[in-house]
Amino acid sequence: MNKTVNQKAWFLVLPVLVLVAFSAVIPLMTVVNYSVQDTFGNNVFFPAGLEWFRDTLQSDRMWASLGRQIMFSAIILAIEVPLGIFVALNMPKKGAWVSVCLVLMSLPLLIPWNVVGTIWQIFGRVDIGLFGYLMAQLGIDYNYTQDALDAWFTLVIMDVWHWTSLVALLAYAGLQSIPDAYYQAAKIDQASRWKVFRYIELPKMQGVLLIAILLRFMDSFMIYTEPFVVTGGGPGSATNFLSIDLVKVALGQMDLGPAAAYSIMYFLVVLLISWVFYTVMTNIDKRGGA
Amino acid sequence: MSATTTDAAATRARARTGRRFNTSALVMVLYLVFLFLPIYWLINMSLKPNSEILGGVTFWPRNFTFDNYVTILTDPSWYMGYVNSIIYVSLNTLISITVALPAAYAFSRYHFMGDKHLFFWLLTNRMAPPAVFALPFFQLYSSIGLFDTHIAVALAHCLFNVPLAVWILEGFMRGVPKEIDETAYIDGYSFGRFFTRIFMPLIASGIGVTAFFCFMFSWVELLLSRTLTATEAKPIAATMTRTIGASGIDWGVLAAAGVLTIVPGALVIWFVRNYIAKGFALGRV
Amino acid sequence: MAKITLSGLAHSYLPAPKSDEDFALKELNHVWDDGQAYALLGSSGCGKSTLLNIISGLLIPSQGRVLFNDRDVTEAPTAERNIAQVFQFPVVYDTMTVRQNLAFPLQNRGANAKYVAERVNQIAQMIGMEAELDRKARGLTADAKQKISLGRGMVREDVNALLFDEPLTVIDPHMKWQLRTQLKELHHEFGHTMIYVTHDQTEALTFADKVVVMSEGRVVQIGTPQDLFERPEHTFVGYFIGSPGMNLIPADVRGSRAIVAGSEVALGRSYGEPDGKVELGVRPEFVRFAPEGEGLSARIKRVEDVGRHKIVRLEFGEHDINAVMSEEEDLPSGSAFIRFDPVGINIYSNDWRVQPQGGQVQ
Repeated sequence: MNKTVNQKAWFLVLPVLVLVAFSAVIPLMTVVNYSVQDTFGNNVFFPAGLEWFRDTLQSDRMWASLGRQIMFSAIILAIEVPLGIFVALNMPKKGAWVSVCLVLMSLPLLIPWNVVGTIWQIFGRVDIGLFGYLMAQLGIDYNYTQDALDAWFTLVIMDVWHWTSLVALLAYAGLQSIPDAYYQAAKIDQASRWKVFRYIELPKMQGVLLIAILLRFMDSFMIYTEPFVVTGGGPGSATNFLSIDLVKVALGQMDLGPAAAYSIMYFLVVLLISWVFYTVMTNIDKRGGA
Repeated sequence: MSATTTDAAATRARARTGRRFNTSALVMVLYLVFLFLPIYWLINMSLKPNSEILGGVTFWPRNFTFDNYVTILTDPSWYMGYVNSIIYVSLNTLISITVALPAAYAFSRYHFMGDKHLFFWLLTNRMAPPAVFALPFFQLYSSIGLFDTHIAVALAHCLFNVPLAVWILEGFMRGVPKEIDETAYIDGYSFGRFFTRIFMPLIASGIGVTAFFCFMFSWVELLLSRTLTATEAKPIAATMTRTIGASGIDWGVLAAAGVLTIVPGALVIWFVRNYIAKGFALGRV
Repeated sequence: MAKITLSGLAHSYLPAPKSDEDFALKELNHVWDDGQAYALLGSSGCGKSTLLNIISGLLIPSQGRVLFNDRDVTEAPTAERNIAQVFQFPVVYDTMTVRQNLAFPLQNRGANAKYVAERVNQIAQMIGMEAELDRKARGLTADAKQKISLGRGMVREDVNALLFDEPLTVIDPHMKWQLRTQLKELHHEFGHTMIYVTHDQTEALTFADKVVVMSEGRVVQIGTPQDLFERPEHTFVGYFIGSPGMNLIPADVRGSRAIVAGSEVALGRSYGEPDGKVELGVRPEFVRFAPEGEGLSARIKRVEDVGRHKIVRLEFGEHDINAVMSEEEDLPSGSAFIRFDPVGINIYSNDWRVQPQGGQVQ
């Protein structure tokens, strides 16, 4: 669409600007402010330069959390994206079952995150949970509160349960927008099922998949509530993700300076990786196109 | 023409499902069972007394009871949690959409100084980890006396919902031809009247989808809403920690509270189900 | 390439059609000759897409059979029919290059690489896209994409038929002309059986050897463009084709004479005494002015100059009549006398044309 130049459009954007300035800029400035100061309590501050940043960068604990965080996001993306596409391909195209599937699939998305945590906390327990019970019946030694691997397994399957539907719904929307003529043409060209997927469905889903991947990356990278409820970061620090670690630093130890520096770097990492994802994926799109 | 094409499609779909019905249906059934099992377990548990829950695994309640629900629905400190949650979620959805509508219109129709940077900056807020903002929010809202109010949580949730709303709405608005605006202005509509009478009905499904997303992300968030409230506006999700008492966890009540938090979400989905199917496909999302 | 036989073909979208009304396509028997270019012409909802879908195998007809040469393909799936189709809007594989797009149907059928490469180059030359061969299909203009779909349709030498479903809908007017001409050249060169669905009479008349006119699920006439112009078999063909369409006036026909709005008109041929709803049809091109006092008295309402000719809107009794006059013709003003050239007169009974009996009558 060819847009016209109109500086008055700023007035239309103004409410958003004011609101976001209030709910984002002011708090962010506070964080920046803390990150370069030190305090002995009683609201007496003095400048600390970039010391907190240096400290945080040298903290093994932060690097370990970052490593765990990246691993977690990578695992859930590797499972949820293909699985979501697969589910979308198998969803009914029309009829009463479409509504049923849409409603049932959206359900996990609208459960408060701590309830999601609670559900899986219960579900995985060997004494009162179905999943834990079945694992025990199968003779598998499973205990997510004791074993790091089991804890990871529980968190990953919980996230898959929680979020695969989002990917599936977005992919389904992409599939629905493909005109029938494409499938007819593919039949005439005798394209195999795989080629239909590779050359028709996948390219048409590219836009929505970019959104799905970005949303899933951002939200998994910022995950806090669910693992906090299920494992609380444990056993030990096996599932201590960035947000959990940050809250531990900020609220647990009341170290405002380091927490603020930590926050800023955390935010920048999310921005950086999102930007990389976005650029890479839109470049695939353009390559050889022009 | 359109009638014949649709019918042709239906015939084709029939032919295709005839061949692939079994595998597709099987995949969907398996997936839906996977989605539903943990929820079934929660419901199952919420209908049992604690003695049965702790006594061993039973696949359906032997001593069927509604006591856990009665406990919640008769105690204001419990059920006010739901009321609080619903109030701030509704407030947030309303605020987000109200401010996002004109902004999305501006982004979809006009070029103006710094528009691209502004749009990108808005989106970066969606990427801000709530954990980063928890503490400064607490200080900010305390200092202006909004701590423990519904509006505080509603405003805080604007952090991630407004950018999202602008983004989704902009996608839908781009799909509406500009000629419609121009025709309306030529017909003598003022901007306000055009926007509310003509434009908004055209993107109704977009607004539906946006509202759904705003509701969803505000309803499920706990970190910020818990940090910004104490008693007056405490969300239900935070109230659930009450089940951990001196005598251990009251599993039955915890499960019942969990089930009750699923209900509003399920209702919302049911009401917008037609918008989801249509809306997801229409816009960019 | 193949001869297509439609035998007793009819289709209804309802599971148990009862009356004639329930059929989207009413019973049809016809043989479409090998190597001819046909146009299916009709307004929206006339059943032309239904017919096309039956031929391409997307629909299985409720009754009747479809034969390609002598093979019954009524229930054969699309892929087995070995046809090619170009759709209303361009269907191309966006992520592939133009070359890959063109090679796709051949590769899927396991053709050897050398043949594919040669054939692709040949087709690219035909559609004039050699320069763009290695560009991604995404980002090309609509008409370039439509050319690719066309090329993909022609890349297989052995296709039974090439089907076009309103292929020029999304193309700019000046490109339409160019593509249509190109299509016609390709047809002359390779002699595929082509079926071209359109609601645009100019497209149909300029493209096809034979035009199949459809109305309300029925084929009303199959003929050359000239047949359709001079001898419309049905009143629908009369007013649907031509600009403006044929004038139709209720008439009382007695042999070679007709009484029209109280005046007598010589028909040139004898039509017996047709019954039912009888109408006299005459194209505006065959309406002439007569000397003062002769012929039929009419009144000129309006004259529209459309460049190459003038359209005269006349009032004749209580009927409206259009006449097409050359630019040079001097027009009387107000009242005028007109006559109908007997060559251009057709008589219709209940909308169908009445065959004249015997030869010319003076």
